Amino acid sequence: MRYLPKSPSERLEMLEAIGAHSIEELFSTIPEALRVKGALRLPAAMSEAELIAFFRDRAAENSQGYSSFLGAGVYNHLRSVVTDAILQRGEFLTSYTPYQAEISQGTLQAIFEFQTLMSELTGQEVANASMYDGSTATAEAVLMAERLTHKRRVLVARSLHPEYRQVLSTYGRSLGHEVIEIGYTRSGELDPDALRAALTEQTAAVVVQSPNFFGVLEPVARIAEMAHSTEALAVVAIAEGVSLGIVRPPAEADIVALETQSFGMPPSYGGPYAGVIATREKFIRQMPGRLAGQTSDAQGRRGFCLTLATREQHIRRERATSNICTNQALYALAATVHLCLLGKQGLREMAEHNLAKAQFALEELQKIPGVERVFSGRVFNEFVVRFPRAVKLVNAQLLREKIIGPLPLGSTLPELTKCGLVCVTETTSRAEIERLAGAVRKILATPL
Amino acid sequence: MSDRIKKASRNVSQNEGLIFEQSAPGKRGMELPPLDVPAADARALLGAEFLRDEVANFPEVSEFEVLRHFTRLSTWNYAIDLGMYPLGSCTMKYNPRVNEFIARLDGIATEHPYQPQELSQGCLKILATLTQCLLEITGMEAATLQPAAGAQGELTGLLLIRAYLASRGNARKKVLIPDSAHGTNPATAVIAGYEVENIRSDARGQIDVQHLKQTLTEDTAALMVTNPSTLGTFEPRIAEVAEILHAHGALLYMDGANMNALAGVARPGDFGVDVMHLNLHKTFSTPHGGGGPGAGPVLVKRHLEPFLPIPVLVEKEGRLRLDLNRPQSIGRVRAFVGNFGVLVRALAYTLAYGPGIRQATEDAVLNANYIRKKLEDVYDLPYNSPSMHEVVFSDARQKKFGVNTLDIAKRLIDYGFHPYTTAFPLIVPGALMIEPTESESRQECDLFIDAMRSIAEEAASDPELVKTAPHATRVGRLDEVGAARHPVLRWKPKSSS
Repeated sequence: MRYLPKSPSERLEMLEAIGAHSIEELFSTIPEALRVKGALRLPAAMSEAELIAFFRDRAAENSQGYSSFLGAGVYNHLRSVVTDAILQRGEFLTSYTPYQAEISQGTLQAIFEFQTLMSELTGQEVANASMYDGSTATAEAVLMAERLTHKRRVLVARSLHPEYRQVLSTYGRSLGHEVIEIGYTRSGELDPDALRAALTEQTAAVVVQSPNFFGVLEPVARIAEMAHSTEALAVVAIAEGVSLGIVRPPAEADIVALETQSFGMPPSYGGPYAGVIATREKFIRQMPGRLAGQTSDAQGRRGFCLTLATREQHIRRERATSNICTNQALYALAATVHLCLLGKQGLREMAEHNLAKAQFALEELQKIPGVERVFSGRVFNEFVVRFPRAVKLVNAQLLREKIIGPLPLGSTLPELTKCGLVCVTETTSRAEIERLAGAVRKILATPL
Repeated sequence: MSDRIKKASRNVSQNEGLIFEQSAPGKRGMELPPLDVPAADARALLGAEFLRDEVANFPEVSEFEVLRHFTRLSTWNYAIDLGMYPLGSCTMKYNPRVNEFIARLDGIATEHPYQPQELSQGCLKILATLTQCLLEITGMEAATLQPAAGAQGELTGLLLIRAYLASRGNARKKVLIPDSAHGTNPATAVIAGYEVENIRSDARGQIDVQHLKQTLTEDTAALMVTNPSTLGTFEPRIAEVAEILHAHGALLYMDGANMNALAGVARPGDFGVDVMHLNLHKTFSTPHGGGGPGAGPVLVKRHLEPFLPIPVLVEKEGRLRLDLNRPQSIGRVRAFVGNFGVLVRALAYTLAYGPGIRQATEDAVLNANYIRKKLEDVYDLPYNSPSMHEVVFSDARQKKFGVNTLDIAKRLIDYGFHPYTTAFPLIVPGALMIEPTESESRQECDLFIDAMRSIAEEAASDPELVKTAPHATRVGRLDEVGAARHPVLRWKPKSSS
């Protein structure tokens, strides 16, 4: 086998050195009855060429050649080959968690740079590195808020990504937290009256996403102010990081849960990405996940090491702030490299392009008889439109034009039947938007 | 450098500051194609309330500076691609390069989780094939691939146990965890809403079955056991332990972190295990990437299947789809289907071996036993039980000279190796936990053995040399206490600091 660096005679010599007569002898502590008899029924071993062919065949069964208007927590953005070249450096790719600081300074300094970028981006004082993704970062942010406030009731926006809400409920259920859903107004923003009515002294946190699941920006400052009036914490989830290039960061929030997929990570059918929790300095002792800190050696040379580990499971065990161990370090590195490449100007421009293209797409679709914008709130690169018929019917016909249409919302949010979520990024060309609009117009012009 | 050090030589290493320190206004590393729609008036569209002025302190650097910056940083890391990485319990094996190529293919990396399932049959087939392979390797009966890492797999597994027990009328209160377990086990049990009760190991470092029997009550939900244990030894009475638990209505959870000792040789499903997780970033070779990503599939017996997280992959008339209609499900543990790209790599690894995966297991166990044999006369072996894929020594002999496991580990760096795992498992004071994996040649093992023997001599003859190691790295031992006492967790520009 090409991955195994031993010859048959080396194996025999090593067995002899051990003093064993056969390899089976090394497994003799496993009771005979529990040992596998014969070979496992697995597909026959494949050479490199066969492996590539197998996966190319699978790739061909997917969606190549379609234009897509899907977002909803996973976004297609430009990526530089430089990011991937760095990611494939064996020294980053094939190293372990940097517990041994002296031979992990590369990873540690990169984490420190990541924490800096994430703090700046979110308008928070500190950021960790990292959580599994945006959904689990949101759930962990809520658990953190519950620890900080010693309260268990959370008010969660109905406009939070439905899958994030599901993860939150899975994480909280056994700890006995109580989730109260807060609806949205016709603008698509969190309903302030409903929030005011639900807030009590028992509220641990208010959880919103911005831009929210409908692409609508939430008035984070006002929501945070209301939360703070009853000493609840404001937790803000952000699934589309590029928005922060042009949208005010949630500086008033107490905890931000950010998904960084937009920064250099391909959609990859749902992962791997990287989540982040950013917060105020005074809350770091309750923050989950790894942190790198700056320090020095005996000769005064600057270096970095993992720090505040007394929050973590390998030290604190059942009293840890979280059970997270393995995180998404390599993709935190991807975000770091990508954001360094984009830089201050590039991130701004990318955000501007998204804003302009989404606006263009919204106008083009609104020109079609029967298609209307659903929410009046301000949007970044996603918006909801209502069709005169089921989105699934429209989408089925769009597929014939090699277009993957808007995400139907009615199955998860029944009040939004016939509504679809449209996403347009800088990677969507004007021609694609016009082709979508043209196809929708043609489809709707034909009676059912 | 000492001529005792055979594997490594000193090398010039580039200095490099923080990327922020290279920033200058007007530089950039990435350009966008021209905007092909009318530019938007951001102030009008977003309004003053939402418009951001600028992203302060973001770097402005050229593409080549970014490439060089991160390349320089990379050279400060040790990596499995450079040499043996004998971290016990971490299974640092070769991460096949073809897996990286495959995970980046168009049609795989490019797919969106919400695209129609009829246009995702390739992705779903990858998930289905991997599921089949993992079930065959573990002897379990159903699986979810959604958990993002081992600890999330543990949480999923315990939530499954809770849901199953609750469906039978009582979720119970306690999870038993051996004192040799990974820290994630107790941390997870708490999030799953259980109290942790530690159970002690016997004189051989194995589950104390008598003590277990005495501890079991009607409140016990499950026992979480790592097998082989963190001492690298197989629990010979595992099937009996399962029977005892089942007789009390409790379940057996197996932490599969050490599956690299078993693949192709023995199957947890045959031991009476009810739920287990695998760490695909260990046994199934997906890269650790400096700390992640991983994937922690959870495998169960039939009675736990109704509770699996949504979505569940189902096949009907040759078409695969993701089923959300699972009324007894514990819910969702992560958005979308999981760390798909990691699952792709794990499948590529499994298909490369096929049934020959047993050879990898045999070589891993061979290497660990070879190292044990060649070092047991110089390092103390606190538990004499036979080793499987890893061996745990203690620093008892070196302590006499004031040298502890961390010192030996740091000195190993000078010899060109990554340290082994220090000070774990907790039941071995001053542990040296060594896991070579199957990826090391005999030559690399011999170099490691030489280095360890040489350090044992140094510990006796020149303890200061060992206690002040490493000597050949860019930085010496760092002030970790200071780092925690006065945390500096981000760069700030000079003016504001």
